[in-house]
Amino acid sequence: MASAARTTFVDPLFENNPIALQVLGICSALAVTTKLETAAVMCLAVISVLALSNLSISLLRNFIPGNIRIIVQLTIIASLVIVTDQILKAYLFEISKQLSVFVGLIITNCIIMGRAEAFAMQNGPIMSLLDGLGNGLGYSVILMATAFLRELFSQGKLFGTTVLTTANDGGWYVPNGLLGLSAGAFFIIGLFIWALRTWKSDQVEEEG
Amino acid sequence: MRHSAAYTVFFAGAVCIVCAVLVSSSAVSLSERQELNALLDKQKNVLYAAGLAQSGEPLGRDEILKRFANVRAVVIDLATGEETDIDPTTFDQAKAAADPATSREAPANRSAIKRVPHHALVYHVLENGETSMCVIPIEGYGLWSTLYGFLAIGRDGNTIRGLTFYQHGETPGLGGEVDNPKWKALWPGRSAYDDAGNPAIRVVKGNAGNAQETPHQVDGLSGATITSNGVSTMLEFWLGEQGFRKYLQRFQEGQV
Repeated sequence: MASAARTTFVDPLFENNPIALQVLGICSALAVTTKLETAAVMCLAVISVLALSNLSISLLRNFIPGNIRIIVQLTIIASLVIVTDQILKAYLFEISKQLSVFVGLIITNCIIMGRAEAFAMQNGPIMSLLDGLGNGLGYSVILMATAFLRELFSQGKLFGTTVLTTANDGGWYVPNGLLGLSAGAFFIIGLFIWALRTWKSDQVEEEG
Repeated sequence: MRHSAAYTVFFAGAVCIVCAVLVSSSAVSLSERQELNALLDKQKNVLYAAGLAQSGEPLGRDEILKRFANVRAVVIDLATGEETDIDPTTFDQAKAAADPATSREAPANRSAIKRVPHHALVYHVLENGETSMCVIPIEGYGLWSTLYGFLAIGRDGNTIRGLTFYQHGETPGLGGEVDNPKWKALWPGRSAYDDAGNPAIRVVKGNAGNAQETPHQVDGLSGATITSNGVSTMLEFWLGEQGFRKYLQRFQEGQV
């Protein structure tokens, strides 16, 4: 039992990463990774929504009528996302302004509904909570790594603190504009997937 | 698992009620805090534009309220430039611009401004009891997004005292450099209008001189030509007859 719990929690980090292997949640991974600060808050928001939605759906799993289960899941997820958005607006106003619509769009993040439907509907609340936390962290690993590279090379900063003084500020570093754009995040995530599949070759899909 | 239709309806109803209570109670209980945040955010940006706070300087709630004590919000009539008796605490310029009853269609412009409100919210900054400058709201399209900001103008209705943007979605590192304190520091001291009274200030490609040499030109943002042009065209619009021209004339004459 203990090892099953461990696998549920740790697997989504690298073995079965929601972004790198399942290629879900890419939209927000491109949109909020220009800065580490916004990416970190987005990660916290996704982790809490994912953990709580998995937990509550798992608790209700034996009562949810099968024919309306998707819309019930969506109602629960949407409510959690709205509450999260309200809390951010009240307590982290600056960052919530930068995240703009993307907190609201967590509702459409395929990872959340994917885990609800694939895991929480079949498993107990504790395992579902762990699965939610694990997948949230798996999403966060990729997001934070992408944001690290993008903020460093497109602005010369980390968490808003200047690391490489840019030419605009009289330093030597000429920022890479491509990484500031969403397309830059595509390249970085693509490179991550390549690296991960080289490391763990069983993730490579069979051809043909 | 099979469930009866009645159970399905009951379950759906119960989920809806629980979720609705959760969402509405969080919205209601947090709304006061959110409104205060939005207000403080706006006041903070007025302070940045007016140079009453260093750009990027973190300001707590009390500090903002303290410094804002020297700022008076005024609702003006854009067509006449006169002060109105509309209460500035309840006036919402964005709402006024969206309502056909309190706005008009904007003439063709390059900043994608669709409607202009009849009234606008401006701020008068007092120094030693005397109004020393005004802060006017500006907005217009850049590359990806509408930029919202404030422009501070001195008592002569011409000298720029500061410029700041509080909301935009331009590319970080390129157009997002409108937030760079170094670039914002280029604005104070330049002139908004030429000798004939036409809006003349604009962002040029490459480097402009200092405020004495090139009073109407500001350095462009490298790699962000479209955002730079967006700043130029929005200033042209809001400083022009459609915008705050009349008001700034009255301000210069000391009538507001």
